[in-house]
Amino acid sequence: MAPVHDRRAGFSRRRQYSMFIGYVLAVAGAVVGGVLLVASRFDPPLFAGMRMAAAGVTAPVSSGLSAIGRGLAVVPETINGWIFAHQENAAMKRELAVTRPLLSRARVIAYDNRRLRTLLALRDRDEQVVVTSRLVSSSASSGRRFALLNAGRLNGVLPGMPVRGPEGLIGRITETGLNAARVLLLSDPDSIVPVRRTRDGLPAIVAGRGDGAVDLRSVNATNVRFSPGDLFVTSGTGGLYAPGIPVARVVKGGSDTVIARTFAQPDSFDFALVSRVFVPLPPPPPTPAAAP
Amino acid sequence: MSTIEYNPFAPPLAPGRARALPWMTVMAGSLTTAVPVIATFPILPPLGLLMLVTWRLLARFALRPWAAAPLGAFDDLLSGQPLGSAVLLWSLVFLGVDLIERRLVYRDFWQDWLIASAAIILCLAGGRILAVPMGAQVDGAMAAQGVATILLFPVAARLVAWIDRKRGMNSGLPTGDTA
Repeated sequence: MAPVHDRRAGFSRRRQYSMFIGYVLAVAGAVVGGVLLVASRFDPPLFAGMRMAAAGVTAPVSSGLSAIGRGLAVVPETINGWIFAHQENAAMKRELAVTRPLLSRARVIAYDNRRLRTLLALRDRDEQVVVTSRLVSSSASSGRRFALLNAGRLNGVLPGMPVRGPEGLIGRITETGLNAARVLLLSDPDSIVPVRRTRDGLPAIVAGRGDGAVDLRSVNATNVRFSPGDLFVTSGTGGLYAPGIPVARVVKGGSDTVIARTFAQPDSFDFALVSRVFVPLPPPPPTPAAAP
Repeated sequence: MSTIEYNPFAPPLAPGRARALPWMTVMAGSLTTAVPVIATFPILPPLGLLMLVTWRLLARFALRPWAAAPLGAFDDLLSGQPLGSAVLLWSLVFLGVDLIERRLVYRDFWQDWLIASAAIILCLAGGRILAVPMGAQVDGAMAAQGVATILLFPVAARLVAWIDRKRGMNSGLPTGDTA
C-alpha cells in the first residue's frame, strides 16, 4: 500500500488545528476510558441505567429472532414425532410400568412428611414466582457470563431475585431495566451459591469457573470425598435462594474441590422462572420521631 | 461476476451518509451480541473490534482518530464487559497503529494482518485481565476466540473494501482533498 502523507497538513491553519485536536481527543478518549474503568470497578451498578437502556432495545429484537428460531425448530421435531411415535409410545408404557410402584411409595412418603412436619409445627415458605419469561441473549463475546431476560421492572423483576429453569437453578438478577433484566449465570466466575448434598446434607458452595462448568468446594470440613454423580441442591443459606432447587451434579470424583455440571443448561428455547428473594431483608428499624 | 465494476461516473453517496457508514458497520459488529444464543463460554468473536481495526488499517481516514472511544463505549454497553474497558483498549489500539504507521511507511496485506492480530490479542487479553478474575478457567476458550477473530480478518477486509468502494469516498486519502 502506498504511504500516506497525512502529517503534511499544508499551510491551512484549519487543517493543522483540526488534526492536532483530533489526536488530543484520541488521547483524552483513552484517559476517559481508564477513569470509567476505575469507576465501574469500585461501583459496578454505576452505569447499570445506561447498560439496561441499551438492553431494553436489543432484548425485544433478540426475543423476535429467538421466536423465529423456535418456529423453525418445530419443523424437524414434528417430522421426528410422526416417524418415531410408535417406538416412543412403547418406551413410555414400559416407563409407566416401572414408575407406578415408585409413585405409590412417594405418595405414602409425602403423606408421612406432611404429618411429621405438622407435628413439628414447621412453617414452610414456598417460593413465589414473580414472572415466567425467556432468556433471549447473552454476553457471548466476553469472558463474563451474563444473560438477558426478556422481563424487567414493569413485570416486577428486581435485582437479587433468583432465576431458575425447569431443570434447576440458572442464576440471579443483577441489573434491571424497564423491559429487560441482566442475569448472572451460575457459570460466571463471580457467582457463588451455597448448596448441600442431597444424600447427607453436606454443605458446600458452587462457584463458577467461566467455561460452562462449576467448581464444588466443601465448606467447613477438610478431606471431604465427592464421588461422581453426587447431587447438590440449594441449601437456603443466606436467604436468597429457596432450599431444594437442583443446582449441580459432580462429574469427576475427588476431595475438597471438584468439577461439577449444572442441571440447568440455559437456553433461549426454554422458560426461566423469576421468584421472589426467599427471605427478604428485614425492613430498616423506624427512626424514632424527634421530640417536639 | 466480473471483478472490474468500478465506474468513475457513478454518483457517490451523500457525504454525511458516507461518513456515517464506517461508524454504522462497527456498531453493527458490536450488536452481534444480540443473537439469541445463551453461550456457556466466550464463543462469539468480538466483531465490533474486528471491523474497527479493519477500517483503521485499510481506509485510515474513514474514522477520525478519536472515534475509538465513543465506539468502544457503545460496545461496552452491549458486551457485558465493565464500562470503560473497550473505550481504553480501542483507543490504545488506534494510538498504537498510528505509532506503527510512522515507522512502517510501505505496508502490504500480510503486515496489515499481523498488526490486526496484535491489536486483537491486546484487546482480548486486556479485556480478560480487566473483567474476569484471575482464577477463572477462560483462557483456553478465549485463545480459540482470538484465533477465530484473527482468521476472520481477511473476510472483514473484503467487506470493508467493498463498502468503502460503494460509498465512493477514497479513504486512502485525507478527507476533504482528494488529490
